Amino acid sequence: MPESAAPAFVSTTNACHLCMPLGACLAFKGVEGTVPFLHGSQGCATYMRRYLISHYREPVAIASSSLGERQAVFGGGPNLRQGLWNVITAMRPRVIGVATTCLTETIGEEPGPLVEAFLAELAGKNPGVTLPRVVTVRTPSFGGTHTEGFRRAVRALLKALARPGPAGSHLNLLPGMASPADLRHLKDVVRAFGLEAAVIPDPSDPLDGPIWDAYTPVPPGGTPPEALQAAGRARATVALGCMAGDASGPGAWLRDRFGVELLPLPLPVGLRASDRFFAVLEELSGRPTPGWVRAQRGRLVDAYVDAHKYLAGVRAAVVADEDLAVGLSGFLAEIGVHVAYVATGDRSGSLEGAVDAATAGLLREPPAVREEVDYYTVAEETRDLGLGLVVGTSKAYPLARDWGIPLVRVGFPIHDRFGAARQRVLGYAGTQDLFDRVVNALLAQQQEASAVGYGYL
Amino acid sequence: MATETLRPEDAKRALTEAYPTKAARKRAKQIVVNAPPDAEGFRPPILSNTRTTPGVITQRGCSYAGCKGVILGPVRDILTITHGPVGCGFYSWLTRRNQTRPPSEDAPNYMPYALMTDMQENDIVFGGEKKLRKAIREAYEIFRPKAIAIAATCPVGLIGDDIHAVARDMKEELGINVFAFSCEGYKGVSQSAGHHIANNGIFEHVVGTRDEPPGGKFRINLLGEYNIGGDAFEIERILELCGITLVSTFSGNASYDQFARAHTADLNAVMCHRSINYMAEMTEEKYGIPWIKVNFIGAEATAKSLRKIAQYFGDPDLVERVEQVTADEMSRVRAVIDEVRPRTEGKTAMLFVGGSRAHHYQELFREIGMRTVAAGYEFGHRDDYEGRKVLPFIKIDADSRNIEELDVEPDPERYRPRKPPEELEALRAQGLDLGEYEGLMADMEEGSLVIDDITHYETERLIELYRPDVFCAGIKEKYVIQKHGIPMKQLHNYDYHGPYAGFRGAVRFYREIDRMASTRIWRHVTPPWAQDPRPETLRQAS
Ligand code: SF4
Ligand code: SF4
Repeated sequence: MPESAAPAFVSTTNACHLCMPLGACLAFKGVEGTVPFLHGSQGCATYMRRYLISHYREPVAIASSSLGERQAVFGGGPNLRQGLWNVITAMRPRVIGVATTCLTETIGEEPGPLVEAFLAELAGKNPGVTLPRVVTVRTPSFGGTHTEGFRRAVRALLKALARPGPAGSHLNLLPGMASPADLRHLKDVVRAFGLEAAVIPDPSDPLDGPIWDAYTPVPPGGTPPEALQAAGRARATVALGCMAGDASGPGAWLRDRFGVELLPLPLPVGLRASDRFFAVLEELSGRPTPGWVRAQRGRLVDAYVDAHKYLAGVRAAVVADEDLAVGLSGFLAEIGVHVAYVATGDRSGSLEGAVDAATAGLLREPPAVREEVDYYTVAEETRDLGLGLVVGTSKAYPLARDWGIPLVRVGFPIHDRFGAARQRVLGYAGTQDLFDRVVNALLAQQQEASAVGYGYL
Repeated sequence: MATETLRPEDAKRALTEAYPTKAARKRAKQIVVNAPPDAEGFRPPILSNTRTTPGVITQRGCSYAGCKGVILGPVRDILTITHGPVGCGFYSWLTRRNQTRPPSEDAPNYMPYALMTDMQENDIVFGGEKKLRKAIREAYEIFRPKAIAIAATCPVGLIGDDIHAVARDMKEELGINVFAFSCEGYKGVSQSAGHHIANNGIFEHVVGTRDEPPGGKFRINLLGEYNIGGDAFEIERILELCGITLVSTFSGNASYDQFARAHTADLNAVMCHRSINYMAEMTEEKYGIPWIKVNFIGAEATAKSLRKIAQYFGDPDLVERVEQVTADEMSRVRAVIDEVRPRTEGKTAMLFVGGSRAHHYQELFREIGMRTVAAGYEFGHRDDYEGRKVLPFIKIDADSRNIEELDVEPDPERYRPRKPPEELEALRAQGLDLGEYEGLMADMEEGSLVIDDITHYETERLIELYRPDVFCAGIKEKYVIQKHGIPMKQLHNYDYHGPYAGFRGAVRFYREIDRMASTRIWRHVTPPWAQDPRPETLRQAS
């Protein structure tokens, strides 16, 4: 592996990762009737809403206990109770997802017991009334990134809601932080195998919804809480991403607690990873891959062949959340792009091994793989790599601009293009979209640089 | 459609009826039906700058956002390091879309960088000062800035890191100006606290450190202008045409050196009263610079503001030049108003933004014949609503008491009254409102609704009840409002458009509103309220 020349910095300049509760809020948005609630000062909720809203271009309500200086000293319990009560009355949610922030974590306030006491009191005063479920999760940003917050929230949801019982024939599908369009596609293909699967969580409708025809305090859609309840009785859990098999993850929890078999798989980006994904679906369903999916695969391979000449010799950098970074590396390597540099702000320690596995046999020389980096370091380290392409979020734009090369935008956040919610990268169909975008970005670059201005490329 | 009219008092009741009693009672004091002033000139009081009720979904941010994002954000050559975990620094990374124009290609501009200490568990447990020191040294090595600012986020104050001591040490060690802001997000009730903290810090550590004034006969500072969408460039253009020298802006398109010699200006022109009145008051006390309220949002308002500045300096040439510039610019502006107005006349707007925009932008709407039927601030105080007249009557609560008030005295060397007291009196007698601000209510119609810190829920109810033609707020509200079939204009970041200030900005804004109010896109939308007709709206009431 090429050695890094840049010094390791103590400070972070232009981070590649976001904070834990943001991931938790995103997970909560994927459960039907859920309002995310941050226990801490209100600034965090406002900032995270701002980020989620500009990416999805959809309303995102996140409540807060609005703690102030007094509560930081004497405890935020009363504010938490009052806040929950106001959310319950004004929004009538089915579930409230409470995540901590750095403030409450620094003062060491555990919301779980406070919430339980409050709910018990409410139930006493309102016999016979169905109260919302309140799920709590600890998300100190000084302990991990947004992707870790997402996983923790999914686990907390399952811990709070999943129930034991006789095993059913249904599956759990844990997709990680996938786009609404990818989630829809996953649901379609799973259904096409005749499988019944609960996607946990599924924010596809809440974060990419239609215009409203009725007043909706909590936008419709998301995994029904009943499906989370049934998750403990599922036949197996298919979990996607490089941390899918992690012992502290939600899939492992279901396995350890209820004995639900865990099938961890890399994110199905690209042909190879998608093949693995569909092979598992074949096995689980006992059916062959449906014809229309096989046709998608056929068209994808055909496209690979047709466009391979545009990709030869291109060197690329990938900067993304770890799951996606792995998937993108495998995909780029298989289409003949030389993946020179793979970076993430995540820090689970799993990136290097996962990238190796995803690109095995495809690259002449392994890429430099960096965890826990920021864009400043990425810029320093990629300066002399002769890059022709960057694949990453909007935050990689300044870098691509400096290097004078195209940026193909994937992941979160995308704040400078329209339609992030409808962007696909998963399965053959998603890979096809991604492939077309990569090829076209390179063609556009070539065309603009040409003095002739060819109209045929 | 039914013709019965909705009374504002009923609308107010409708906004709060779903809340539990305690929350409803509090919100009722923050929603006021505007009424004419009483015999002593007071407007109906509005509860504001008070802690947000937990669990209602507020649009407010935190003190850190006000300090690091709003006031320091547009300054290109002070390198700001966020001391805290990753999120706060990440979310404030160029999100306000401020612009800047460094004087040359190689002049420093740190705005594209978000530096932070990204505190980890260890730093929280054992203290983060060591990491902060290292981060500052590193930043200095890489960027060699003139000045470094440290902005604290929530955990910092709680674990007892002394960022001011770190700043002092680093200042000595590196030989550049290093100063710190204790703007932890839990301080105060909104970003407003952060504005105050930022004002104090810049006033204490930067203003007055460079004594040589720039050239020019009529030297002013522009306070409370943040160069969103390039507003500052348009204002700078106009001031230059008039021959007025801008010493410093706080803080749109600003630089460290501008702040350092701000005390050499002879007048402070205040745009956003909320965020910057502290600086106006402190520089008046310490250096003797009087201030006036101006507004460069709206063509007429711009003309009026220029006239006020000219009146203050009292120079016939300047007065004449301002008239020329105004006449010239207004002829172009009027042509566009005439074109647009037939389509916008009589339409209605609502504005819920910030601490001054909800007031300033009413002017632009008025110029094209549109009425503002409801408005309010996210983080205004009573004086921003009711006028500075109420200042002596504002109760200081615990949240506000925690924000330091600097003890300011006249500077022994630099204090210089800009005009003798008699002259100032004479100017006042001629109608120049030195050191005055009348607030938003004074400019709003009787019976319009004034709502402080409006919530997500109230926004939706309000739309349902009034169905305004344009709703102005921020990105957080944008998509909810559009889901309801109402055209929405972002006034924090202008929907990535602008500038809207000054004469050219006004023209751009009229056209934008014309486009929004006339677009046919809404034909495809059947909004929730169209299926369940409610009583007729206020617009028919007048
Ligand atoms: S304090 Fe923590 S939770 Fe809040 S925005 Fe900052 S990093 Fe995120
Ligand atoms: S409230 Fe505190 S933690 Fe949250 S964004 Fe503001 S400074 Fe950061």
